Amino acid sequence: MKKVEVIRNILEANETIANRNQQLLDEQKVFALNIMSAPGAGKTSLILKTMAGLKSRLNIAVIEGDVASTVDAEKVQSEATAVVQINTRNMPESCSLIAAMIEQALKDLPLDDIDLLLIENVGNLICPSEFNLGEHKRIVISSLPEGDDKPAKYPLIFIDADAVIINKMDLLPHVDFDIANFRRSIQGLNPKAKVFELSCKTGEGIEMWCSWISEQVEANAIKQ
Amino acid sequence: MHEFGITENIVNIALDKASEAQACKITQINLVMGELSGFVQDCIRFYFDSLSKDTIAQEAVLHFESVPAQLRCRNCSTIFQPQDALWSCPECQGQSVEILKGRELYIESMEVE
Repeated sequence: MKKVEVIRNILEANETIANRNQQLLDEQKVFALNIMSAPGAGKTSLILKTMAGLKSRLNIAVIEGDVASTVDAEKVQSEATAVVQINTRNMPESCSLIAAMIEQALKDLPLDDIDLLLIENVGNLICPSEFNLGEHKRIVISSLPEGDDKPAKYPLIFIDADAVIINKMDLLPHVDFDIANFRRSIQGLNPKAKVFELSCKTGEGIEMWCSWISEQVEANAIKQ
Repeated sequence: MHEFGITENIVNIALDKASEAQACKITQINLVMGELSGFVQDCIRFYFDSLSKDTIAQEAVLHFESVPAQLRCRNCSTIFQPQDALWSCPECQGQSVEILKGRELYIESMEVE
């Protein structure tokens, strides 16, 4: 018997593909967001509002990740330049998108014509935090009915976020969500994360969010 | 939930390394897994049995070394292991922390014949 040293990251296969995805996106000047949240926090609604706010300035494509169904893809179809639906039900990871699924989906998108790619991950606060997709920025949405304790319960996804969105602000009078406490938790875990308060229902805060994306897209284009 | 793909990676890396080392049997795989990584050891063992079947890894024992979470307080630089879900610093009660250890996920070594 002999001992062989290995020291290999078990996620390296995903990292390799994620790097490849980002390289392709950079070559094609596409800026990609990985949008993550619990089910029902408003990923699809945010995508719809973002497209409405930015489609006059940017060509936007969407990749929809769901365990099953094409419900979300149908909702965004009319507003997007292109949509690809990924169903994870029969894939090795059903609880999260992984880089290989994005690599496949990118083949079906007219990358030449796209400025902004919105990737809607599977609704889940645990698994998606482990898998890079090749995105430029990670967005996590928390909505008021979920409660303000989510950063304490699921710290990893918030630690890696570039921006955290507090959605459903219109419900503030009706729920016990302490905005200051939530912001304190985010500040503690991830002081660099940008925090947005908005409501996809009323449109409050959407403009500020869209301006931030525009800035990010421009900054990324200059970097290229 | 997402352990299938991870276990596939473990088997692939182990078989690669074993073939480099010209081994004919893998008897043990030593994995290092941080307490904060979201993977469940029992699920990995479960998938490993079927994914390693009919390979030279099929009788390998999976040995997990668990790395406890270690945090550093951004206010007073105290290094500590979290005792509660709030991750507050035992010295200054601050809640601004960075993770030093606990997210590891790698194959450290293996034993082959």
